[in-house]
Amino acid sequence: MIEIKNISKSFNDRMVLDNVSGVFKKGETSLVIGASGTGKSVLLKCMLDLVRPEAGTTLYDGRDFYIGDEEDKKDIRREMGVLFQGGALFDSKTVHQNIQFPLDMLTEMGDGEKKDRVEFCLQRVGLEGTGNRMPSEISGGMKKRVGIARAIVMNPKYLFCDEPNSGLDPLTSIKIDELIKEITDEFEITTVVITHDMNSVLSIGDKIMFLHKGKKLWEGNSQAIMGDTVPELEEFVFCNKALSLMRAGK
Amino acid sequence: MLSVIGRYLIFLGKLFTRRESLKVYWKRFIDECIGIGVSSVFIVAIVAVFIGAVVCLQTRANLVSPIIPIYVVSNIVRDMTLLELSSTFMCVVLAGKVGSNIAGELGTMKITEQIDALEVMGINSASYLVLPKLLAAVFTFPLLAIISGFLGIFGGYLAGTLSGIITPEDYVYGIRYSFIPFNVFISIIKAFVFGFLISTISAFQGYNTRGGALEVGQASTSAVTNSCIAVLIADYLLAELLT
Ligand SMILES: Nc1ncnc2c1ncn2[C@@H]1O[C@H](COP(=O)(O)OP(=O)(O)OP(=O)(O)O)[C@@H](O)[C@H]1O
Ligand SMILES: [Mg+2]
Repeated sequence: MIEIKNISKSFNDRMVLDNVSGVFKKGETSLVIGASGTGKSVLLKCMLDLVRPEAGTTLYDGRDFYIGDEEDKKDIRREMGVLFQGGALFDSKTVHQNIQFPLDMLTEMGDGEKKDRVEFCLQRVGLEGTGNRMPSEISGGMKKRVGIARAIVMNPKYLFCDEPNSGLDPLTSIKIDELIKEITDEFEITTVVITHDMNSVLSIGDKIMFLHKGKKLWEGNSQAIMGDTVPELEEFVFCNKALSLMRAGK
Repeated sequence: MLSVIGRYLIFLGKLFTRRESLKVYWKRFIDECIGIGVSSVFIVAIVAVFIGAVVCLQTRANLVSPIIPIYVVSNIVRDMTLLELSSTFMCVVLAGKVGSNIAGELGTMKITEQIDALEVMGINSASYLVLPKLLAAVFTFPLLAIISGFLGIFGGYLAGTLSGIITPEDYVYGIRYSFIPFNVFISIIKAFVFGFLISTISAFQGYNTRGGALEVGQASTSAVTNSCIAVLIADYLLAELLT
């Protein structure tokens, strides 16, 4: 379980996050949704302590993440897997080496064992046989999937995905959503997914948090989101043509 | 300005705290020695040979007095090469090659979140990425300085003998005349210091890039400019200190 408490962050006097709190439960896929530029990625970076907020804390199963130096945080960091918005694959390493990298750096596994684990993760994201390619030689969707493979290679307890399906075709995007959901259920992970894709919201969102201009305006599940009364959320949800037609029909 | 220097010093501190295992660094160190050192041999050699040759020709052209013996030409080539060309001049060239390379690589890693990805894994990204570059630079720059010194003197020899302005015997006599071995040592010390400055200043610029491709370009440019300035200032200070 991850708890965020009263997180506020501003850049150059511009408030990007304003007193955001929330709880992300174990075994659930929690979504953070909101329009572009509302501070979703910044919230994620605060939770990962890549950006230190001015106020507030993040607790990982009760352990305060902002206390102590990097050495103290290492234990929690080992339990995290992160997919960044752009994939953040290491350009100078092959796909296989990218996925193996956390194992190399953080574990004492033997070579054979590492190879098996990497192959397993590659197969899990449907990329068997691409291990020898460089990140520059694969497509955007494949980069995302390699990013997910790298994020889960250490068997994380906490998985964070920043827009796992932006820039992908609808089919691949659904596949990635399902993959995240499956992994979460299978390994009882606490998963936080940032997205602005209504498809994902409706299909994989166990719990949804809606951010608007740095504030948390709404929280609930994917059923409740259709019948909500917050105008900003309504606007966000029903800008989707299919959904608005559906509402008009009912 | 002062705050930039302060941040630079903090950055240097970060390189040496919380290191990863030595095995990890060893492999990265070898890779960087190839990237920084071996791949610079060609440009260093070209520069050294030509500058040595030009110094030889220019010195001869400006030393027309009959009272000055001809071997003074190679004597001057030797001292110029060892004292300035093989270290300072070579490092200004390398600041352009190695500095922009380091800043561009780290800047790109920063803006594409690769550095964040390392941090999230609990790896000290500054130390993991920069320390091997720093060690490779302070290890290979002195070796390059030795190559450069040798080839500079050799370039003078080629130019002098091929154009017939000095006989091989006079040239060799000149470079052995009142030779101070300490000058070779000075050249090596300088290359070591400049290697440190160029690699860390460029890494600092790249590592602190924010924004996009435009900023990566700017980081490369300021890496080269700032490294050159630092090299020249350090050159002056070392000249005061060592001679
Ligand atoms: N390092 C930074 N320095 C200054 N401002 C920043 C920084 N990072 C983010 N911001 C600002 O914070 C705001 C929120 O950015 P953020 O990246 O969190 O948006 P987002 O919700 O993730 O949007 P998107 O859906 O497009 O990814 C933006 O206005 C951005 O300009
Ligand atoms: Mg974002």
